[in-house]
Amino acid sequence: MSTAPVTSTTVIRTAAKAKRARSRRPMLLALEIGVPVLLLLAWWFGSLNSTDPFFPPLRDIVAEFQRLWLFDKFASDVLPSIGNFVLAYLIACAIGISLGILLGLSKPLFWILDPIVQFVRSIPAVALLPIFIATMGFGNEVRVFAIALASIFPVLISTIDGVRAAEPLLLETARVYRLTRWERLRDIYIPAASPQIFAGALVSLQVAFIVMITSEMMGAARGIGALTLLAQGSFDVKGMWAGIVLLGILGYLANLVFTLVRRRALAWYLGAQKAASAD
Amino acid sequence: MTNTQLVVEHLSKSYSVKGADVQIIADLTFDVAAGEIVSIVGPSGIGKTTLLKCLTGLQSITSGSARIDGKPIDGPPEEMALVFQEYTRSLMPWLTVEKNVRLPLKHLRLPKSEADERVRAALASVGLSQAVDRFPWQLSGGMQQRVAIARALAYRPEVLVMDEPFASVDAQTRFELEDLCLKIRDEFGMTIMLVTHDIDESVYLSDRVVVLGHRPAIVTRIVDIDLPEPRDQISTRAMHEFAELRTEIFELIRAGAIPAQPVQGK
Repeated sequence: MSTAPVTSTTVIRTAAKAKRARSRRPMLLALEIGVPVLLLLAWWFGSLNSTDPFFPPLRDIVAEFQRLWLFDKFASDVLPSIGNFVLAYLIACAIGISLGILLGLSKPLFWILDPIVQFVRSIPAVALLPIFIATMGFGNEVRVFAIALASIFPVLISTIDGVRAAEPLLLETARVYRLTRWERLRDIYIPAASPQIFAGALVSLQVAFIVMITSEMMGAARGIGALTLLAQGSFDVKGMWAGIVLLGILGYLANLVFTLVRRRALAWYLGAQKAASAD
Repeated sequence: MTNTQLVVEHLSKSYSVKGADVQIIADLTFDVAAGEIVSIVGPSGIGKTTLLKCLTGLQSITSGSARIDGKPIDGPPEEMALVFQEYTRSLMPWLTVEKNVRLPLKHLRLPKSEADERVRAALASVGLSQAVDRFPWQLSGGMQQRVAIARALAYRPEVLVMDEPFASVDAQTRFELEDLCLKIRDEFGMTIMLVTHDIDESVYLSDRVVVLGHRPAIVTRIVDIDLPEPRDQISTRAMHEFAELRTEIFELIRAGAIPAQPVQGK
């Protein structure tokens, strides 16, 4: 009994499934890289002789991209945009998660604040930008504020749901073993809600990105959004495209970083799901 | 009886359902001695789980009293640990086996060496020393329930309470876990109280079986199980006395069964 073998059908099945997945991985990887490369090649060669003023050859866009962003305007326009974005997003997550835990745990607080949350979140933050700019000016703070405000809500709402959905039996277990309030929060509520927190945080990330660009298109002199809008306004189509390409790359990178963090933080959750689907 | 540890006197429990009081438990009186294994059996729906929740302080008692070591139970007592039937939902999926077992020890502020030793000893005695770094969802059902038992053991309660602990595992594993239960009592000197719907299991494990019946629930009878120790899955179950006790309890449960409710007309 004391040397019960540590294997189980679940473990074996998960392993078998993982093995199958591994053998398919090279093909999936080839597809993941190959398809975008093919599309880019098609764009490159298809647009080589383009004379359409709105769709210049990709070659020219890349040249413009290099001239603008690597690294002429990088420090002056790209870095501040990224800085605003990251700062505002972290603020949004910090406030969204802590407020979400509070509202998820306290029914009275939820009843008081939920109508306000629902009302404010149904106003697109972009629509509020003119008011913010009118009252707060054109500084960086107004953009950070707008990005943070808009991106709080997805993570806030999913945190509330996640905390409220914590398994009742785990909470009873915590009571039987007389865990302290703080232990219950740290060891049960937060981990139990974390899959939903991450789902909300991903939506928040996308909202933050959109508001970052939009906020720079309203009255800002610097930033990727401002330069892209300026290029469009001065018929610099190549410059406009270069901005769009940069935004695409930044968005992709932001998602990539998010996915890596999520994979680390939710390793238990992803593993448990895999084990459940192997059964 | 030597040294009574848990005393239940005229315990009753009612719920308020849509403004009307529904009495689940009418009047229960029994006690459990230190080091004893007591099973609670009864027809399904009789309120066995409700009773356990009252005794572990998870639910309040409507009237009467329950005392552990002389102290009235009005919240989860530190002398008790509870093992649930649903092991998949009572273990933290984000913690490894070792951390699950260690979790209840944190606020006891034990010296690290003692906490380590308790976790190690608990996992060793349920046969999971090799699985410390695994996650619960990587283990079979029987192993997960052992983790839950190890967690209770590491907490070193005086009374270990189990709610149909072996109902969701296969028959083979059930026998192993039953013997584990007997071993724990001997090794740790714990008092064990469990709810079960398996009459054979109650006879095999217990020193006494408390049979509940009727609605609202009362104690139909307390049956002494004077089978020889140590118990053995094959020879004990083959004994003539075993069969007699099983029959006796079976008849008591049948006599105390809740009559099917007539379907209410609209």
